[in-house]
Amino acid sequence: MLKRLRSGLLAAMLLCVGCAPGGVVVHETAPAALSAWGLMTSDGQQLQLGAGVTPYQLNATLFTDYAHKLRTVSLPPGTQATVMPDGRLDFPLGTVISKTFFYPRVSGALVQVVDAESVLDASLGRNGGLDLTQVQLIETRLLVRRSSGWVGLPYVWNATQTEASLEVTGDIKSLTLVHQETATATDFPYIVPDQNQCAGCHNTDTASRQMNPIGPRLANLNRSLTGKVPDLNQLDYWQQLGILQLDGTVADQPRLVAWQDATQNLNDRARSYLDSNCGHCHSSTGAGDTSGLYLDIGTNNPVRLGECKLPIAAGQGTGGHRFSIVPGDPEHSILVFRMQTRDPGAMMPELGRSLVHAEGVDLISAWIAALPGHCS
Amino acid sequence: MRPLLLLLLIGLLSACAEDDKAPAAMLVTDMQKNLQLQFMNAEPGDIINIPAGLFEMTRSLSLKVDGVTVRGAGMDKTILSFKHQVSGAEGMLVTANDFLIEDLAIEDAKGDALKINEGKNIIIRRVRTEWTNGPATENGAYGIYPVQTENVLIEGVVAIGASDAGIYVGQSRQVIVRNSRAEFNVAGIEIENTLDADVYNNVAINNTGGVLVFNMPNLSQEGRRTRIFNNRIEDNNTPNFALPGGAVAGVPAGSGISINSNDEIEIFDNDLRNNQTAHIVISSVYSTNYSERDTASAFDPYPEKINIHDNRYSGGGDNPDTEYLPQLKAAVFGADGAFPNVIWDGFINTQLAPDGVLPAELQICIYNEASSAVFNVDAPNQFANPRLDELQHQCQHAPLPAIELVFVPAASQSGQGE
Repeated sequence: MLKRLRSGLLAAMLLCVGCAPGGVVVHETAPAALSAWGLMTSDGQQLQLGAGVTPYQLNATLFTDYAHKLRTVSLPPGTQATVMPDGRLDFPLGTVISKTFFYPRVSGALVQVVDAESVLDASLGRNGGLDLTQVQLIETRLLVRRSSGWVGLPYVWNATQTEASLEVTGDIKSLTLVHQETATATDFPYIVPDQNQCAGCHNTDTASRQMNPIGPRLANLNRSLTGKVPDLNQLDYWQQLGILQLDGTVADQPRLVAWQDATQNLNDRARSYLDSNCGHCHSSTGAGDTSGLYLDIGTNNPVRLGECKLPIAAGQGTGGHRFSIVPGDPEHSILVFRMQTRDPGAMMPELGRSLVHAEGVDLISAWIAALPGHCS
Repeated sequence: MRPLLLLLLIGLLSACAEDDKAPAAMLVTDMQKNLQLQFMNAEPGDIINIPAGLFEMTRSLSLKVDGVTVRGAGMDKTILSFKHQVSGAEGMLVTANDFLIEDLAIEDAKGDALKINEGKNIIIRRVRTEWTNGPATENGAYGIYPVQTENVLIEGVVAIGASDAGIYVGQSRQVIVRNSRAEFNVAGIEIENTLDADVYNNVAINNTGGVLVFNMPNLSQEGRRTRIFNNRIEDNNTPNFALPGGAVAGVPAGSGISINSNDEIEIFDNDLRNNQTAHIVISSVYSTNYSERDTASAFDPYPEKINIHDNRYSGGGDNPDTEYLPQLKAAVFGADGAFPNVIWDGFINTQLAPDGVLPAELQICIYNEASSAVFNVDAPNQFANPRLDELQHQCQHAPLPAIELVFVPAASQSGQGE
């Protein structure tokens, strides 16, 4: 099944090169039905992206209970995103970013896929969309750029996968995930965030109280597109589409490594993972600044990054440990404990997961194990 | 259950009338959605009334709109129970200015009960936060928890059973905590990295430590200038049930008032009774959990300019907690003896004390009390020379000014700051 998902990618990208812009309707008042946006349509068998809707991929992704994500962006016809000094993109008014969460489905069971590359590949979907006989759609979250700023809208898919409806108060779905290799079944509550909780992550600057996109930043978009032949960089592709204005060449742009990529430097992989899973809150401007722990890619002070740092107001989150990171000792590092627990009062991130991301824990543990020094 | 259900329905119907976007059938069975919808649809100046009743919440409530009042029917009548919470690190999370919450209870939150993260002009009045199974390590960390806030009034609240602090004010400015009760928490009331706080007319009883004023390194600001006065601080002897690692995990059971690495503290007119380690414990972060790398920054680890006067003491100091204090007490004061009212770990900034004694302007000063004696445990020298010092503490600092809070009418409603 996954091979089929992968093999469809080429077709997906080629199809969308020819997409005509203008299919997306930007609503000022959120419609109850996702289909009203023109971003995607579904007959229960096939999810198709609308005209002018561009799927995109990220180097470093946020863990959400092993859900796969189909990410799209659509800009009003004739408009472009520009690059801000800090590497974030300034998307024009009327931009709609969507993220559709789904699981591979085999014989009716939702499958936890451990092959890291396939997770990335599958997020692009088939034919610019998804074969719904192979996957189960859970939710689609929208970020809409209005004149008042970005607004987050959570839509939840119905059981027949024909429509998603706006649920501003979110939802809790009882899911069972079957591990692809071990066949172990895990029950968990999948939490669809409420509209306020969108800001829990997307309000990256608490002083401004404005929401921002987190994933589609320059360094995170700077990658080759899976399925493109020959190797086509996504930033080049966006320029071809006319939706990105870039100063300088792609080669000059910053790039986050894919944390899954074992060929990359361990420190770079770990920092990329922490940036995409923690850095939106744990930065000098985010809600997590109350802890004094900054995990964004721009932070370089080791104590700020947690080395031998005392926990602040961590409560249950200490796990009984004294420091955020004890170099060489992941088992006594608060950071690892908070990734390993499923207790809502102790876990990190606070929102967006009910399961433990085993691969993320392994990566951060290996990184801490390799850090030199001690805290005494 | 019948009357409760009826009340619930009445409350929900009135809420529906204001919000015709929400289908009524959904709301009758789901106070969670009803409340969260009201929080999201609120506009500045709105009052959100929550009727009497016990309401089970499964996920955090959050409010982002400025100028909103959330009002229950009383801290024992309107109860939001998070016993079955599956999502969210707090019961209620507020990121808004001009916020007033009063007359309700938040029980058994998985993490913190009521967290206000960044906001100005905050009033928390007659709110109860409680973990109903009593003190337990698995309880949530903080009851009332404003952090990075400014112009904050906490009054008439009750905080019970927090595994960290019942009432915790962090990294804030201009704060009053008054007329409140903190019981069976690890820390009853804790002021941390906060500038200009008044803590008065409170009761802190049966906590591990009654009232704490701490500074932690590497945060947005270092705190100073806290006044603690007219409080009843007694029997804070509950064994420390905090999970190890956090700052309060090192607080000895039996601490009445605990000052850690904070400066310009005025402690006066309090009734301190039967706090079995000591009524007042003064220490540096060097005596608690720390690492040299963490404190290597500009952080000032030394508690300085502590002004203690006109307090009333009884009992206490007779059964100290921690590994080394019982031995020290027995060695210096005898098996049946007791520590004096004030004990100190003895860490000083030696650069400011050329002859080993701090100048008067930085001292722990005690006046208008029966004795100015401080027991210095000599922690910097591994307790080599524990001693009772009195002469250097016979001094006084100028009183700190009172905190004055001013609220705009939208947020104050009634009884705003003095």
